[in-house]
Amino acid sequence: MTAAGRKRASPASIIGHAAILVFGLAAPFVFPSYTFQIAMLWIMILFALTWDILGGQMGYNSLGNILFFGAGMYISAVVQISLVYDVAAYTSAFGAVKVDFTTAQYFTGIGLGIVAAALACTVFAVIFGSMVFGLRGPYFAIGTLGVALAAGELVGGWDYVGGGSGISMPVYPGEPEARSLFFYTLCFVSAISTFVFLKWAYSGRFKTTINAIRDDEEKAEAMGIHTVRYKIVAWGIAAFFLGISGAIFGNMAGFIEPLEVAFPTITFGIFMVVMSLLGGKGTLWGPVLGATLFHIIKEVSWTYLLGWQWVALGTLIIVNVVFFQQGILGWAQEKWPAFFGIVVDDKLSAKGAVASEAAE
Amino acid sequence: MWDNISLLIIAPLLNIQLLLDGVLIGAIFALAAYGLALVWGVTNVKNLAQGDLVIMGGYVAYVFTTLGIHPILALPVAFVLMFGFGWLIYRLIISHVIDRDLFTSLLATFGLALVIQQLLNLIFGPDVKIAESGFDILFLFGGQVTLAEIKLVSLILAGLLATAIVIFMKTSRMGQAIRATAQNPRAAKIMGIDTDQVYAFTFAMNSAICGAAGVLISMIWVIQPFFGTSYSIRSFVIVTAAGLGNLPGVIIAGLGLGAAEQFSGFVIGAEFQQATVVGLLVAVLIFRQLQMRRHRRVVA
Repeated sequence: MTAAGRKRASPASIIGHAAILVFGLAAPFVFPSYTFQIAMLWIMILFALTWDILGGQMGYNSLGNILFFGAGMYISAVVQISLVYDVAAYTSAFGAVKVDFTTAQYFTGIGLGIVAAALACTVFAVIFGSMVFGLRGPYFAIGTLGVALAAGELVGGWDYVGGGSGISMPVYPGEPEARSLFFYTLCFVSAISTFVFLKWAYSGRFKTTINAIRDDEEKAEAMGIHTVRYKIVAWGIAAFFLGISGAIFGNMAGFIEPLEVAFPTITFGIFMVVMSLLGGKGTLWGPVLGATLFHIIKEVSWTYLLGWQWVALGTLIIVNVVFFQQGILGWAQEKWPAFFGIVVDDKLSAKGAVASEAAE
Repeated sequence: MWDNISLLIIAPLLNIQLLLDGVLIGAIFALAAYGLALVWGVTNVKNLAQGDLVIMGGYVAYVFTTLGIHPILALPVAFVLMFGFGWLIYRLIISHVIDRDLFTSLLATFGLALVIQQLLNLIFGPDVKIAESGFDILFLFGGQVTLAEIKLVSLILAGLLATAIVIFMKTSRMGQAIRATAQNPRAAKIMGIDTDQVYAFTFAMNSAICGAAGVLISMIWVIQPFFGTSYSIRSFVIVTAAGLGNLPGVIIAGLGLGAAEQFSGFVIGAEFQQATVVGLLVAVLIFRQLQMRRHRRVVA
């Protein structure tokens, strides 16, 4: 099984990319009442894409990537506030003192906050990477889950950042419409940049290396690949973009709090896994597809199955994982391998081996 | 924090109180962890819904108290009911993930945990519940150390249950089949053991053990639909620290975890009790990594 070399972009794929861009740009104007939901869709796509770097391409199933989302959110908040106020005074005076940010202060704050969140989360990834990359399989999943849960609990007990009662973020200086458009643009741009960056990263040596780690780490190491370095770089990329999304989401939500908003391990933290699996992990488009589908299912079940939405989601996770783990794109690759540039040499491979290989 | 530590030094009886509370609750953690180790060792399924099975058992006891029946009588009922539930879950979900990669079982049982939590929430509501047992409180050391009798009773019950399970595993035909399958499923199959049946029985028995543990928890502590996750994490801490198939290790780690939680709750504040559990999990995993690194191996 070999993937065909890099193809020249076909007209169909150009039209497809353009259609998504046009949808992204036009959506807030065509569906103004759904701007927030569509902004969330872009964040979900970012989640799924970043989870898939480790989970799909590298074979390290993390349950704790949400750590970087929450860390980014809090770092951005602290940076934004500390530009103008004393953070401890700001958080302890929660609600009691009217705080104002001028337009210039607000936008400098949010810009610096996003940059700081992205960089600091990358540093975190390097630190935590050295802590957890000696773990494999289920231990890695449980260990990362533990780190993320611990982070939420510790932030909840840390009074400097407001503890369990959270921080109310600086108020956007302007009209509500302008505000939602501003945050929509940020979400859209961050998701598209993640996609473009990953498309570039997956087109070269990086992808083959992390795929080698997934397929057989010991052999990869024996081939002279510095596996630890690659693993940390991969996690750093995920953390970088997740930090950005956290900073944006915190400001968009307007209020941040450790357990439900910043470190929602059992909601967003699991959603990113499920979305990647649903679309087909280990592919570039799978997470995008999965996130879109999942977000639609989630919004519909929230509307029509109120009270039962979590039961429905849990069932979806079980069914997805147990009966449909290859995901939509994995299934399609199995069905039409030629379309995906997968060449199967019938002389070399038995029929059964083909199916199992194409599923990977 | 330092005030609390100095308080422990000034009043040594306080240490006894915390140790006693911790060990008594830790015995029940050990029970749930033993179930996890059993399923993990035999079927290689990592059950993240472990804690939620515990909480389900707790609600059986709660239902008994609302009907005016003493919750201790719920113990055998919860055992049987949860055995059936475990069997059902095995047939519906676990049997499909048993041969799959390690992450599948983790995620599938996580989905199961989500469903159980939410169903319990829909049925019983999000309030904290307790199954009132009506036992007295003992005063030791001239009244400075209190001990609820129910905690002693539950310790005895947990011990009896654990002994019964160990005897069952050692002597009965099914117990032998379970141990044989854990050692080598292929060989067990050749010897005529229906391994699928063994897996189903193991998971159902784990579920029953959890149910019984839940009854005890509901009498000495409180239950709530979303408390399950912390019991799952506790079970993982204990099993990871003790290793699979190490029953004395599981008991010691369980008792130790219970005591560690009580002490940290007292010293750095009750809001960090949960953080202590997950912190210990991370610490155990890091320690195991360092241990393995000396032999140039990884924790897998």
